Order: sequence, then structure tokens, then C-alpha cells
Amino acid sequence: MANESGPDETGKTGPGKSGERAFRDDDLERRRRQLAETLAARRQGEGEGERGAKSGETTGYGQAVKLSSEFIAGVAVGAGLGWAIDRLAGTSPWGLIVFLLLGFGAGVLNVMRSAGVVAQVDPKASDKNAGDRDN
Amino acid sequence: MSNDPIHQFHISKLIPIEIGGYDFSFTNSSAFMVATVVATSAFLFLTTSSRGLVPSRLQSISEMCYEFVASMLRDAAGSQGMKFFPFVFSLFMFVLVANILGLFPYFFTVTSHIIVTFALAILVIGTVLVYGFMKHGFGFLKLFVPQGVPGILVPLVVLIEVISFISRPVSLSVRLFANMLAGHITLKVFAGFVASLSALGAVGIAGSVLPLAMTVAITALEFLVAFLQAYVFAVLTCMYLNDALHPGH
Repeated sequence: MANESGPDETGKTGPGKSGERAFRDDDLERRRRQLAETLAARRQGEGEGERGAKSGETTGYGQAVKLSSEFIAGVAVGAGLGWAIDRLAGTSPWGLIVFLLLGFGAGVLNVMRSAGVVAQVDPKASDKNAGDRDN
Repeated sequence: MSNDPIHQFHISKLIPIEIGGYDFSFTNSSAFMVATVVATSAFLFLTTSSRGLVPSRLQSISEMCYEFVASMLRDAAGSQGMKFFPFVFSLFMFVLVANILGLFPYFFTVTSHIIVTFALAILVIGTVLVYGFMKHGFGFLKLFVPQGVPGILVPLVVLIEVISFISRPVSLSVRLFANMLAGHITLKVFAGFVASLSALGAVGIAGSVLPLAMTVAITALEFLVAFLQAYVFAVLTCMYLNDALHPGH
């Protein structure tokens, strides 16, 4: 910048030169703002593009596999835990019954979280984002 | 090869090894895992060895992979999560390359066996648990206690949250495994229709165009699924790592 404006200085008077510089600073400031805006817009666009790809993924077959695997995993883990507790503590069949029911609860929770419809207890932005990203 | 759609998942021992009564044989699955790792490393190494400021096509593919995983991890777990970048990147590339290698005819699909995907998922959850307890001590258990729950319900909610947490590796592994298994069986069944229809003579050959077209379409879909499942696996890994980094939310 200084080098660029160097040759100009020789041929110009004081006030003219400072006016020129002020103009250039203004111009630079304007262009910098413009660049920041463009970058912000592009970043947002990228984010949206990614989200679009993600919502495209959650159609039909993919979503069916995803949600069913979430639900089945919850129920299966609940039943497995209950069965193991029964084996260890000899409380058959109560552990299995109780933990199977809890497993259903966990499965439903998994599905709702995965579908992003569960109202998060702590309505923080990060939580909401996490819920969305789970899709 | 037989027309049995399950036959492609058969494990065969290439080099039988037995140590102390346990079977450590080098199987076709191991061979394809080695092939996956070698292919991935060779690709990344060769394409980035002549680092040009203006990247060549292959170099830009490597850079895209890097940027893709890096931005995914940064979005999900913040810049603190970047210490897990090597882990997530290796997982993503392994699953992606294993899925894509499995699409070649006569190749074995490593990720179509639940034990492989489950081992990967356990690795993820193990990392989350170890790192979470290391970083936060027992504060990590706050993950299981949501805020704002009435006191009476806390034990019930905690139990459900714990089961939900334990079910994560299960659903993570089942999703990848089921997608690959189902896709390959579908492909095999439709390709089998082509062979059995064309055995019926001229009418059959004319009719077998339909399942052939279907096979081509499903192959394209499988390439999409191969990428998507690797992506989903990596995204969920990032989210679970985020839980380890910030358990309190």
C-alpha cells in the first residue's frame, strides 16, 4: 500500500494527498466489509448445502433403517440387561420384565431423539444443534 | 459361483493359525481389511507426496476428504474435538473404503459382518467413556441426568438414559451392518433373476432386461449407501465424542 502510493506522493500537494489516502482507507474498509459479507454468506450457504444433503439422506429406506435400528437397539439392550441381572441376582423374571419396559422407553427416546422431535429438557442452542445433527 | 445370495458373506480361512486353542486364522475378511488399509494409505500417501500449491485432481480428492471430516468434527464437537481428528478420519476412511471395495464383483465386504462393525462401534464408545472419565471424572455421569427433571422421576430417567447410552454402539453397528448386508443381498438376488430368466429362452432373455436395469440402478444406489453409511458412522462418532468433551450440555 505504502509502496503503491509512493510515486503519487511526489506529484501532489499535502491536502490532496491526505484526501486521497482517506478515500483509499474508506474504499479499503468498504471492500473489507464486502468481503466479510460474502464470506459469511458463502459459509452459510455451505452449511445449508450440507443440511440439504443430510435431509436428502433421511428419506424413505434410509430413515426406516435408522429409526428401526435405534428402537430395536433400545429394546434389545434393555432385555439383555434385565436377563443378565436375573442371571446374576436370581430375581427371575422381574429383572427381565422391568428392564424390558425400560428398554422400550429408551428405544422410544432414541427414536424421538434421532428424528429430532424430542423437546430437549435443556433448551440450549448446542443441544438443539445436537438433536438436529442426529438426523 | 452358486446362486445363493448369502454365499458371498462366507468366511474362509486363507492361512489357518491356532494359538492356545483359539482360532487366529488369517481369513478372507482379514485379507480385505488389510487391502482396505493398504489401499487407503497408499492413496493418501501417493496423492499427497507431490504437494502442489495448485492441487492435481487426485490430490484435491485427498484434500476434500480431509476438509470434509475436519469440518464435520469441528461442527459437531468444536475445535476442542480436533484432537480426535486422526481417530475419526481413520474410521471414516476405513469404513468408506471397505464399503466401496465391497462393491467390486467377487470382493468380500468387510463391513457386512456385524462383529466388525460392532468392534468399530465399541472402539468409539470405549474412547468416549475413557476420555470422558479421564477429563471430567465422575462429572461425566451428569450426561445421564438431564436438568429440570422432577426429583421422583430422576431414577427412572437415569435408568432410561443409561440404557439409551448402552444401545448406542448397538444401533451404530447394526445400522452399518444391516445396510451393507441388505444392499448386497438385494443386488445378488436381482442379478440372479437375470441368469434364471435368460435360461427360459427368447422370451426370458427379453424379460431379463428388466432385472438387469434394476441391478444397474441398485449398484448406483449402493455406491450412495456406501458413502452415506461411512458419513453417518463418522457423524455419530463426532456427536458421541462431543458428549465426552461436554457431558453437562
